[in-house]
Amino acid sequence: MEVHSQVIQLLFSGLTIGSIYALIAIGFVIIYNVTGVLNLAQGEFAMFGALISISLINAGLPLWAAVIFSMLIVSVIGALFERTAIHPARKSSVPTLIIITIGCSIAFRGIAILIWGTQPQSLQPFTDNTPIKFLNAVLLPQSIWSIGIAILILFAMIYFFNKTFVGKALTACVVNPFAARLMGINPEKMSLLAISASAGLGALAGIVTSPISGASYDMGMMLGLKAFVAAVVGGLTNAPAAIAGAFVIGILESFTEGLWSSGAKDVVSFSMLLLILFIKPEGLFAKASGKRV
Amino acid sequence: MEKKDLKKIYHNSPAGPIIFTVLLFLMPVFISSNYIFTIFIMIGFYALVCNGMTMLTGFAGQISLGQATFYGIGAYSSAIVTGTYGLSPWIGMIAGMILGALIALIVGIPTFRLKGHYLALATLGFGIIVYTSFKEMKDLTGGSNGFFGIPTINLFGFEFNNDLRYFYLVWVFVMIGLIFSRNIIHSRIGRALRSIEGSEVASDAVGVNIMNYKLQAFMLSAMFASLSGSLLAHYVTFINPELFGAMTSIYFLLMVIIGGSSSIWGSIVGAATYVLLGEILKQLVPMFLPSAGGEFEIMFFGILLVVTLIYMPNGLYPQFEKLFSKFKKKKEKVQPPLQVGGDRVASGGENQ
Repeated sequence: MEVHSQVIQLLFSGLTIGSIYALIAIGFVIIYNVTGVLNLAQGEFAMFGALISISLINAGLPLWAAVIFSMLIVSVIGALFERTAIHPARKSSVPTLIIITIGCSIAFRGIAILIWGTQPQSLQPFTDNTPIKFLNAVLLPQSIWSIGIAILILFAMIYFFNKTFVGKALTACVVNPFAARLMGINPEKMSLLAISASAGLGALAGIVTSPISGASYDMGMMLGLKAFVAAVVGGLTNAPAAIAGAFVIGILESFTEGLWSSGAKDVVSFSMLLLILFIKPEGLFAKASGKRV
Repeated sequence: MEKKDLKKIYHNSPAGPIIFTVLLFLMPVFISSNYIFTIFIMIGFYALVCNGMTMLTGFAGQISLGQATFYGIGAYSSAIVTGTYGLSPWIGMIAGMILGALIALIVGIPTFRLKGHYLALATLGFGIIVYTSFKEMKDLTGGSNGFFGIPTINLFGFEFNNDLRYFYLVWVFVMIGLIFSRNIIHSRIGRALRSIEGSEVASDAVGVNIMNYKLQAFMLSAMFASLSGSLLAHYVTFINPELFGAMTSIYFLLMVIIGGSSSIWGSIVGAATYVLLGEILKQLVPMFLPSAGGEFEIMFFGILLVVTLIYMPNGLYPQFEKLFSKFKKKKEKVQPPLQVGGDRVASGGENQ
């Protein structure tokens, strides 16, 4: 019975971590597929989202308004990032683009230090955080929020990419940018849209995670890298696969932390990255046929 | 005749490097500030790492996002060999270099089998694994508290125990490293590496063993980084894992890009720019923003990196070179080296 409840407990905390990675990983995959850029600054959007929402709440805004405004602000930051850093270099080689996103990522961290300082900040849980007993395990409502939001976003993404015009235009750019251009879709506009939307999603991830693990200027790097690991493990070309990858990494980390040591969880997830890169570089859940968002 | 032309293509004039070396080694005669020595010692450490990375990035066209790993492996090898086992620092240095090269080989073999730019991702992941291991293997490395009491280096009883002596030690290593990589670049291997950077498919087609050359470049860069790490360990005598985290790897990449990876001299330019700009910013910014704390200067470095990549993809060094050649042109009219090469190709038919 003891072991049973511990397993459920670890599973839940894994799902919670996984859902946050998933939100960032979706953005990662969208940007990668639409623009071909491996955006290593993705985690910094989460950092901005968390810190901006905390500042807005401290300024007296209600939670829902703070969430919406900070997502909008971070989307604008994402758009600026696309226009000033990615767009002028769009004809450069892949390594150059990767390094540009790294440069932006450290610039964002520097900006965050200048604005918010180095002290970690915290956000109140979204709702009353009395633990709920469930199957002998203790569940925090904030975890339910984060898992719920991730699932909601997943369905929203499926709807967006399959049923709306803009979503289909984005998918077209992924499948064949040249043909998309012939059909009157402007891939450059789509790249702007993809990056600012992903930035907004990243911001949401940051807001959801800050009641659980706090918010500080340097939270973005690890979150972004883990989401990146999740995307590679699941499959970079496919959003549902990346989400599955995120949950795999989340659960793997929580079990490593619970059963072994908390220091080992980074080793396990990055070993997973190396293993996947060497054995199955297209990802665990990617379908062999064609690209998909 | 042909050899002369080749020399022109390679900018083989030794005047610049010799002037630089003489000025550098005479510097302590005029300046005797420990602060300046410390800065130059740091530049030396970084220049050594960047020198190896330049071979990898500028010549083999691969980027490493985990070079601090090898820097750390060198430092910890030296620390453990000298601190824990009490052996000679030179043994520690060599052990670190061998270990670094071996690890580069192990990471490199599966990575270079893959097409695309997987080395960046693999080194990134690997760097974090090693960084966490430094923290977790407490018996060996002292964990997050760090490793204390690393002895200073001595050579036949001569202790390198102050900044002035260490300044010479480090820069002798930097110069040896530069001459070494300059010779490699001007050899068959260097040409093969350059061809890989130009086009992998084309160099494969003319019979260059891409995988081998990339592996060699990667191992070499690991050895340079490890050597630099060993020197660092004996200089600061106390190391902790934070010195070898992912941010350090990013800084190394930043130095290589800003300095310019198309020439090994770019490594010195990049390292010097990074260290000097960091010092200047640390003095200047608090004057305008008294509340600024922490590593705010990374903002400027990030912006500098992006601007460099967009507007000056070859880094700062070619700009220096341009200035230098303008200065030279006024004295004597030198034909641009590339045109010399073009002439020979064009007149090749007549010569036969």
